[in-house]
Amino acid sequence: MSTGEIIRVAGPLVIATGLTGVKMYDVVLAGHEKLIGEIVEVRGDKVYIQVYEETTGIGPGEPVESTGQPLSVELGPGIIGGFYDGIQRPLNLLYETSGDRISRGIKVRSVDLERRWEFVPVLEAGAEVGPGDVLGTVQETTLVVHKIMVPPGISGKLAWIKGGRFTIEEPVAEVQTAKRVERITMLQKWPVRMHRPYRKKLNPYAPLVTGQRVIDTLFPVAKGGTACIPGPFGSGKTVVQHQLAKWADADIIVYIGCGERGNEMTDVLLSFPELKDPKSGRPLMERTILIANTSDMPVAAREASIYTGITIAEYFRDMGYDVALMADSTSRWAEALREMSGRLEEMPGEEGYPAYLGSRIAEFYERAGRVLCYGSEPGKDSREGTITAIGAVSPPGGDFSEPVTQNTLRVAKVFWGLDANLAYRRHFPAINWLQSYSLYLSTVDAYLAEHNQFEFSKNRQRAMALLQEESELEEIVRLVGMDALSTNDRLKLEVARLIREDFLHQNAFDDVDTYTSLTKQGRMLKLILLFYDAAKSALRKGESLDKLLKAKVLERMAKAKFIPEDRLAEFDDIEREILESLAGGEEVA
Amino acid sequence: MLRVYRTIKDVAGPLILVENVKGVKYGEVVSVEMPSGEVRQAKVLDAESNRALLQLFEGSWGLDVRDTKIFFREKAQKLDVSRDMLGGIFDGVGRVRDGGPRIIPEKKLDINGQPINPYARDYPSEFIQTGISAIDGLNSLVRGQKLPIFSGAGLPHAELAAQIARQAKVLGDEASNFAVVFGAMGITFEEANYFITSFEKAGALERTVLFLNLANEPVIERISTPRVALTAAEYFAFDLGMHVLVILTDMTNYCEALREVSAARREIPGRRGYPGYMYTDLATIYERAGRIKDNPGSITLIPILSMPEDDKTHPIPDLTGYITEGQIILSRDLHRKGIYPPIDVLPSLSRLKDKGIGEGKTREDHADTMNQLYAAYARGRDARELAGILGESALTETDRIMAKFAEAFEERYIKQGIDQDRSIIETLELGWELLSILPREELKRVHQEYIDKYLPAS
Repeated sequence: MSTGEIIRVAGPLVIATGLTGVKMYDVVLAGHEKLIGEIVEVRGDKVYIQVYEETTGIGPGEPVESTGQPLSVELGPGIIGGFYDGIQRPLNLLYETSGDRISRGIKVRSVDLERRWEFVPVLEAGAEVGPGDVLGTVQETTLVVHKIMVPPGISGKLAWIKGGRFTIEEPVAEVQTAKRVERITMLQKWPVRMHRPYRKKLNPYAPLVTGQRVIDTLFPVAKGGTACIPGPFGSGKTVVQHQLAKWADADIIVYIGCGERGNEMTDVLLSFPELKDPKSGRPLMERTILIANTSDMPVAAREASIYTGITIAEYFRDMGYDVALMADSTSRWAEALREMSGRLEEMPGEEGYPAYLGSRIAEFYERAGRVLCYGSEPGKDSREGTITAIGAVSPPGGDFSEPVTQNTLRVAKVFWGLDANLAYRRHFPAINWLQSYSLYLSTVDAYLAEHNQFEFSKNRQRAMALLQEESELEEIVRLVGMDALSTNDRLKLEVARLIREDFLHQNAFDDVDTYTSLTKQGRMLKLILLFYDAAKSALRKGESLDKLLKAKVLERMAKAKFIPEDRLAEFDDIEREILESLAGGEEVA
Repeated sequence: MLRVYRTIKDVAGPLILVENVKGVKYGEVVSVEMPSGEVRQAKVLDAESNRALLQLFEGSWGLDVRDTKIFFREKAQKLDVSRDMLGGIFDGVGRVRDGGPRIIPEKKLDINGQPINPYARDYPSEFIQTGISAIDGLNSLVRGQKLPIFSGAGLPHAELAAQIARQAKVLGDEASNFAVVFGAMGITFEEANYFITSFEKAGALERTVLFLNLANEPVIERISTPRVALTAAEYFAFDLGMHVLVILTDMTNYCEALREVSAARREIPGRRGYPGYMYTDLATIYERAGRIKDNPGSITLIPILSMPEDDKTHPIPDLTGYITEGQIILSRDLHRKGIYPPIDVLPSLSRLKDKGIGEGKTREDHADTMNQLYAAYARGRDARELAGILGESALTETDRIMAKFAEAFEERYIKQGIDQDRSIIETLELGWELLSILPREELKRVHQEYIDKYLPAS
């Protein structure tokens, strides 16, 4: 451990001399108050440090101390339900030590060291183990079984292993490696800027069901996939992210609030313990980890928060879980990069962002994916884990041509483009169906085909085609008026409107409408298409369109979104009514 | 430890470079003594081993490189606060203005504040009735929210903000302890005076603190004004437990001052010459609003900004919108039609309304009617536009009704008197009255039970 002296302080950048034997990205403690920082540049004997805490009051002449360690996260039982800042300090502990305001120089551990966990071994002494092999489990919350794995880099024979109640720093096993005996505790450390190893990367396979109709039906994301949500302010990025965090059928949720509003994080913190997981009925907080670096907190830690989050996600992926990670917003992270880059006097690229912006974004999204985990040899234990990364982007002025959006689109496979005009008319989620895309459609279709859900894919295509046609027809209406359209085209417009208003529109704040299962989504869409087919044939028989559009059943269809999941039989009834009221013609009210 | 230097090398705009200094701390506040004996304050922006870059909080008028002295005192820029500030008028950096009585400080507070731990925040959920339908019914304000008014030159934002300040109350808590903090940055004497008279008329002046930096006063002081105002507000709210409404006008002038300093520092500019850190800078102002757990007080913040050329994508409204919890947008078209308040409800938004409305807060049908009014008005506006191009006859019957609805909505719901104080129930009833114009099958966003209960029989 070497010490040096500060020679310059300018905002989050501190320059020091006299540090010897330091490596890039080592953590250093700056000033008398020992503020946490990271080495980002070395020029001769000058070391450039990015400090994660407020630097006011620090000046030249104060000491710096190198820890010789890279910035790492602590991984082990106790992190589920955690509420951390950008460098994994628990905000509740900061609150207990320093009150309402975040002061600096506070040292707290990321996980509770006192608490004892019931460790249940699954292997016995004498077993040959390698990195990633599961030694035993801890029931961390009702929803999550925390698997204690052999840390990367250790393999050999299990000398002993014991069950019982331990703290995370007490040894639970020892491995006799070729060189020495390694003690194994439930706590692991991992540097955030390095991805955790896995055996093999695989292509995504299953869809991530989010309960959001426009996403699941039209633009699905696969487990292990990447998605981005760019949109101007007020278009509902955060609500979409919150909805995904609430309802996505992942095992673990990592939610990163990066440079966003403090109240939004408070909202998650207060509402998640009360919301129930639709499958298990347990509080959602039991599978969630929150990382908050709000916009008024130090900028540099914003940069780290993204890496802290994805490293935690990788740790749970290694246990074989499906992890969904939300980052809101990656633009604030990019701005933190820009600010540091400016202070380092690097040559700016587009709009002042550093030239390496694109590669950093790509690196982040590439840490998502579906993998064959370590310790999953065939016949032994084949674990597959996924990380689905969903990043919000906040383009200035809602202009998607700006660098962060463009660089993100180059790597993310799903694009949910939010549209201010939809938001103005309170069509939420304001995902523009003509602009957005998902490159996982074929993956998801193949998965659905395997599960005999051919109709779902077919109906999606019909719905998309109708929405496409609607935009073309609307163009014509705008030029020459509604009268110029044939009755068939007018029916198409009406059906497209039904798709928009009765299907795509979804109220996140309604108790029933907030989550729709895949089955119900399929039935809702089928209802509209059934109406379309029945109305078409009624038109052929000479029925008037205006009369068809006054059918009483339309009111019932509009309310179909409020049918609870346990009463889906009501759909049979509505389907029957559509056929009866339209097929005969006379019964149309 | 007091150190005095007379080693100024350069002065450029608000920046001073001092050489041969020792022991400087980043962010420390120093005193600058002019040859005339006048003392001004400055802050260290860049601390190196033997030199420091300072930024003046006040103008650099009268400063020279030979005789001006710099005193390093190792302290932050502080504001003297006291309960007696209520009713007082101060300048942009917090000094008593116009010969008012001196404040005997109960506390000295760092004007930069400190970030609030999100764990310590309490989610704002108490509905504030402003008496303005377009806000209460559609973009409800709650205690502890930050909701800006996006305006433009010539629009009545001052009137609207003053009306909110006069009428705002929390139902069932009318007698509570409230205060108004008003921060003016670069506005004219007339505009400032309008607010003062308006507070006076409402009998609220003795509960108001004013921090005024008028158009002819040093630009650089504007950087401090919102911080000083919020420091006072924090004292009233979190030390004294009051409910504080903070009005900051005009944030555009603040951002321009920020750009000026950034240009003087020769920083790499971001969009339109504004500094790249403007988002973070604005966030450290706006995020000071809110509620804190186990604390009775609150800060509700209404910043006013004028959008250059009414352009919502300009960096100032854009970055503000990304930080604040919604926005109230004023429309020139409505204003021309003679509608006051000219609130363009479609792009306006209150992000915190959902927890502040509904049963037990306002009324059970509030959320549904709100969504329905929005959807119908949006469709009505489209229809009206189409009719403008192709003539009324090109519309379907439903669209004709929608267009009629949009017209009635603007004339009866949005429009109201400058002193008209509508209760939330009046606003909701008015909403139902307008919804009764629509065909029943169009009421898709309202639960059936509310239609049965509230829709007036036609």
